[in-house]
Amino acid sequence: MADFEPRIVAFVCNWCTYAGADLTGTSRIKYASNVRIVRFPCTGRIDYMLLLKAFDEGADGIIVSGCHPNDCHYTSGNFHARRRWIMFRSLCDFLGIDIRRIKFSWVSAAEGAKWADIVNSTVSSIRELGPYEEYRKIVKRPAKEVTNG
Amino acid sequence: MDELRKKAGELLEASAVKVIIGYENGSDGKTRALFAEKPEETARLVFDSRCVMNLATYVTKKEVRNKGRIGLVATLPVMRAVIQLASEHQVDDAGLLVIGITPESKMVEFKDLAEVEAFVHRYQIEIDSKQKEMLDKLEKMTPSERWDFWIRELTPCFKCYACRAACPMCYCHRCTVDFNQPQWVPVPSHELGNIEWHIMRAIHLAGRCVDCDACYNACPLAIPLNLLTKRMLLDAKEHLGGYQPSIKADHLMSTYKPDDKDNFII
Repeated sequence: MADFEPRIVAFVCNWCTYAGADLTGTSRIKYASNVRIVRFPCTGRIDYMLLLKAFDEGADGIIVSGCHPNDCHYTSGNFHARRRWIMFRSLCDFLGIDIRRIKFSWVSAAEGAKWADIVNSTVSSIRELGPYEEYRKIVKRPAKEVTNG
Repeated sequence: MDELRKKAGELLEASAVKVIIGYENGSDGKTRALFAEKPEETARLVFDSRCVMNLATYVTKKEVRNKGRIGLVATLPVMRAVIQLASEHQVDDAGLLVIGITPESKMVEFKDLAEVEAFVHRYQIEIDSKQKEMLDKLEKMTPSERWDFWIRELTPCFKCYACRAACPMCYCHRCTVDFNQPQWVPVPSHELGNIEWHIMRAIHLAGRCVDCDACYNACPLAIPLNLLTKRMLLDAKEHLGGYQPSIKADHLMSTYKPDDKDNFII
């Protein structure tokens, strides 16, 4: 367990969190390299199925992040997404899917430091939880390596 | 029952509707759907406690719609389904006439869907006490216990999609599970595909499910899959202001409030 490196998939929106993560880099802030970022046009585009697929493909944790309320590039995409997350999160909890492994956050394009914090704290909490063996057990094939770019 | 048969016969006689969808005696002491197109066929109509199937599932089917205006024998959950379908622009007064049956098993006539809606709004959707007990029991378990419970329940599922066929809200011409490029939900009958299918079903019914239990009644394995949609119903009540089907109102999942609950978002 000591050498367990969590695999985190981050689903982020193009306009806020992706730009925020970019700022983290250009600000030369170091943060955990366990995260694989997937860019979406908007949080409203992040289908719950994609989150399930991340677990299916061997992710130990997931970050979903986008613009703060009222900051959406498409006016209301994040509000719609929030409703979906309320329902999806509750359903996952009801099914016994470990919702501590799915983190939702708002990170704006100016919050490079917040992004680093979120990734670091997620990595450390998933490190404590260990690999997501429970889910992996129902995947009847070896988990694929999630490659970076 | 005689009143129902008489009314149905009159409607067909007067050509007010072309087909009456109701219940008739089927095999094995069960009831099945009856499609009466001639007045004399309405003598086969029955109604009693065995009639649990949601007949609203037929009103979106092309084969039935092609017959002309439909007269639908509808209990309260079926009327709810009809109103939800109307709000999704799937049925209208020109294509559908509802012959209602009240929870007290009395026949009630409606001029149009607006009257059906007014009737439906007299009742709140209440979750059956036995089911509520089960939901509470699951709630008290740890996530791992719940996971084991659901894996145990869902493992036997072989995705026959009877739940989908029985559901009046599952009317998409092409369902996500029928796509294979990409293959969203694995086809084989194993836990991963099963749990993904049931999550997908519950989410697609969030804020739309009228709690008729037709899915559960149709399931050959009696998987308590209706608990998932009941859970969504409770969430809608708790976080989204409650669900009551209505023709004109916004759908719960396609609208939002700026102050929706977000204490889980960091």
